[in-house]
Amino acid sequence: MATNLTINGTSHQVDLPDDVPLLWVLRDELGMTGTKYGCGVAACGACTVHIDGEAVRSCQVALSDVWGDVTTIEGLGTPEAMATIQQSWVDHQVAQCGFCQSGQIMQAAALLAENPSPTDADIDDAMQGNLCRCGTYPRIRAAIHDAASKLKEA
Amino acid sequence: MASVGKILRRTFLIGSAAIVGGVAFGAYYVSRPAANPLKPGDGETALSPFVLIDRQGVTLFAPRAEMGQGVMTTWAALIAEELDVELDDIRVLHGPAAAAYYNNALLGEGLPNKGYDISDFQHNLGEALGVIGRSLSLQVTGGSTSMKDGFDRMREAGATARETLKQAAADRLGVDRTQLKTEDGAVIAPDGTRLPYTELAEAAGQIEPRHVGLRDPSDWRLLGRNLPRVDVLGKSTGNAEFGIDVRPEGLKFASVRMNPKLGGVMNGFDDSAAKTMPGVEQVVDLGNGVAVIANNTWLAIQAVEAIDVDWGDAPYPPETDGLFAKIAEAFDDAPNSTMRDDGDVDVLPEGATEISAEYTVPYLAHSTMEPMNATALFTGTKLDLWCGNQAPTLLLARAANTANLDKDAVEIHTSYLGGGFGRRGELDFAEIATKVAMAMPGVPVQTTWSREEDMRHDYYRPGAIARMRGAVKDGQAVLIDGKVAAQSCTQQAVERYTGLPGAGPDKVLVEGLFNQPYAVPNYRISGHIADLSVPVGFWRSVGNSHNGFFHETFMDEMAHAAGRDPLDFRLELANDEHAPSAGVLQAVKEMSGWTGKTPDGVGRGVAMTYSFGTPVAQVIEVVDEDGTIRIAKAWIACDVGLALDPGTVEAQMFGGMIYGLSAAVMGEITFAEGEVEQYNFPDYDALRMHNAPATEVRILETNRHLGGVGEPGTPPSMPALGNALFDLTGERARALPLINQFNLLV
Repeated sequence: MATNLTINGTSHQVDLPDDVPLLWVLRDELGMTGTKYGCGVAACGACTVHIDGEAVRSCQVALSDVWGDVTTIEGLGTPEAMATIQQSWVDHQVAQCGFCQSGQIMQAAALLAENPSPTDADIDDAMQGNLCRCGTYPRIRAAIHDAASKLKEA
Repeated sequence: MASVGKILRRTFLIGSAAIVGGVAFGAYYVSRPAANPLKPGDGETALSPFVLIDRQGVTLFAPRAEMGQGVMTTWAALIAEELDVELDDIRVLHGPAAAAYYNNALLGEGLPNKGYDISDFQHNLGEALGVIGRSLSLQVTGGSTSMKDGFDRMREAGATARETLKQAAADRLGVDRTQLKTEDGAVIAPDGTRLPYTELAEAAGQIEPRHVGLRDPSDWRLLGRNLPRVDVLGKSTGNAEFGIDVRPEGLKFASVRMNPKLGGVMNGFDDSAAKTMPGVEQVVDLGNGVAVIANNTWLAIQAVEAIDVDWGDAPYPPETDGLFAKIAEAFDDAPNSTMRDDGDVDVLPEGATEISAEYTVPYLAHSTMEPMNATALFTGTKLDLWCGNQAPTLLLARAANTANLDKDAVEIHTSYLGGGFGRRGELDFAEIATKVAMAMPGVPVQTTWSREEDMRHDYYRPGAIARMRGAVKDGQAVLIDGKVAAQSCTQQAVERYTGLPGAGPDKVLVEGLFNQPYAVPNYRISGHIADLSVPVGFWRSVGNSHNGFFHETFMDEMAHAAGRDPLDFRLELANDEHAPSAGVLQAVKEMSGWTGKTPDGVGRGVAMTYSFGTPVAQVIEVVDEDGTIRIAKAWIACDVGLALDPGTVEAQMFGGMIYGLSAAVMGEITFAEGEVEQYNFPDYDALRMHNAPATEVRILETNRHLGGVGEPGTPPSMPALGNALFDLTGERARALPLINQFNLLV
């Protein structure tokens, strides 16, 4: 039975078993590969997307359980029109290998939506579910503070 | 040696070749031109291209893999510096697998010198031996060698291209070439008219290339500055394509299970349940493992896990204790190498105090963020292979062999690497993907390993034991006698890559131990190879990753025994031996405001390791917060000789340190019943945002040679943390990971 999903404002019909995680619907069925597979057990955050604005691990959300509109890294902004948080990521040259960064950015965007002035402790709390094996944490922290101040000026 | 000297000064010549609508610039080699990966037509000359200009634009080729270390950007900058193009206006691609991209510097590292004491003569000899790289067809990204290898070649390619384009413009305008300037991708005529390179490229392809000298570093406008990385936009918007993101038309998705008793056989399997599961198209018998091809990766993983497999036993002791007993036995045999033997360590200097200690470190996984994967399309006569990899020419040979095709019939497409750290220099993931795709000819198949499969089928950093003996007298180290025992990842890798048994002294086993720049009169270091067949490989900084911990923890113990401040103790010994190493110690002393004293509840440790041509010193500060110990701060100083991109050097230094600290705190691969006991990140975690230290990096440039940056940040982090914990608690850390001994914040 086909399932209807709204992703980045576009409606999609998906014909896959109900228990296939949203992550694998995005990547293998819809070709939206910006959302990454890292662990499959909600331990690394590489698959983070927003459902109705909330940051969730898409590897843990079954297709039939998707409860709202999905936003992925591709929907947050584009290379031509980046979201503020993405611009801060570029300005601070955060990425090394880059594989975890889609998830880091989606998690950070959800943090800033909820808390426009996060402290270092707030950042520690919000971001500790997102693993980065290159160790880009110092620049992630700087980019989040930078985006927070840019959003306040806007 | 005159003839060697002549070859040294010119092991390559920059040349050009006409291509459709344009020109390619790159390297010819004096002895034998390697086959042109751009496939020139009949009658055209073979060339290894670094610059390609046609009507569409300027493309630069970076023949090293971009795994996060910024190599694409810095290679491009080396060319752009001389070519006068802006990085925003050009494309940078991973070069195709080609024999001409052999890695000079990596083989140069094989010389039995300490590195820091290398004379210019030895340095040149090292580069001469690098010519061997060509015959082995090594296009490897590893050993922190990329910049040493590309520094001259890339700039010469850019300069030659620039002057040849100017000649084309001079011919068109009827003026002398010396009257022309270049700027921002165009030749500028005396009257200010701009002739874009794209319009001159075709004519330039018909002109003998112009060779000129390189610009003086004082004239550089790109090198030596923080440049925006060419990959950062794609990696901040989800657009960068990793191996796992490749989506050729009609793609199917597979997953694999190999024997978790590593190297054991497969006795048989029952796939009756798997075959009827949703999305499954085919079960593939790989002989030593099974794969499932499906219409979705997750469905493939579910099905492959539902196959009931009868696995044969592992060819090594099945439990961790048994493995380490075997490693310890290696001390009983004659050493494989004694690469340092100064003075006489068998006689204790009169009046000296002797100390000794034994240290142990575990096996470690690479644990890249992107699990192993590759995508293959096999048609029966041709194989296309897409993956992130660190060794495309070796991969090409292996894939051709697997598919029973000529190498000409195999094409490697290198994508971004979601982490390498040495793991993607191996060939297993591509070989497996090739075999899986061969079961479905004409259909592209992507084979992705589950995280569990990845964690449990690595080529691990070997577990290692060191037995250190030393002596101090009058506040000075007067004797160091160290032995290390571990599996040889070098010998195992040689056998894996070539089929020939590895032999001879293994420098990698003792690197970071025998070649440390301290003036100690009686100094002997031996390496003992443990005869075990656990798959082991090159893990960021390789032998330095265990030897840095051994050497620098022991230095701390000696300083303590001598009643000296551990930083001053090291500084004094380095001052007499290698000024850049003393310089980085002095730098972290200043940066951290080191006094040798810390308040209650705070501990500080220092360590310094010279590796890959770069000395790196680190001071780590730990804080006791109600019984939980947090790594609060880190100061790093390195001397890279010349920082081509300081922002990239800084990122590699703190990234390398965090990779090392992660292992030091919690990294441990253990075995039970022949199988690795860690499955996923909850069992094998790493530092995260809340427990990574605030970090300050200082880059020095006094070193006489260009040093590596991707790996040298890793080794000193582990002893610096252990030494800080000693300062805080009075308990010495002699085994890793530290979480087994200290209540660290995780």
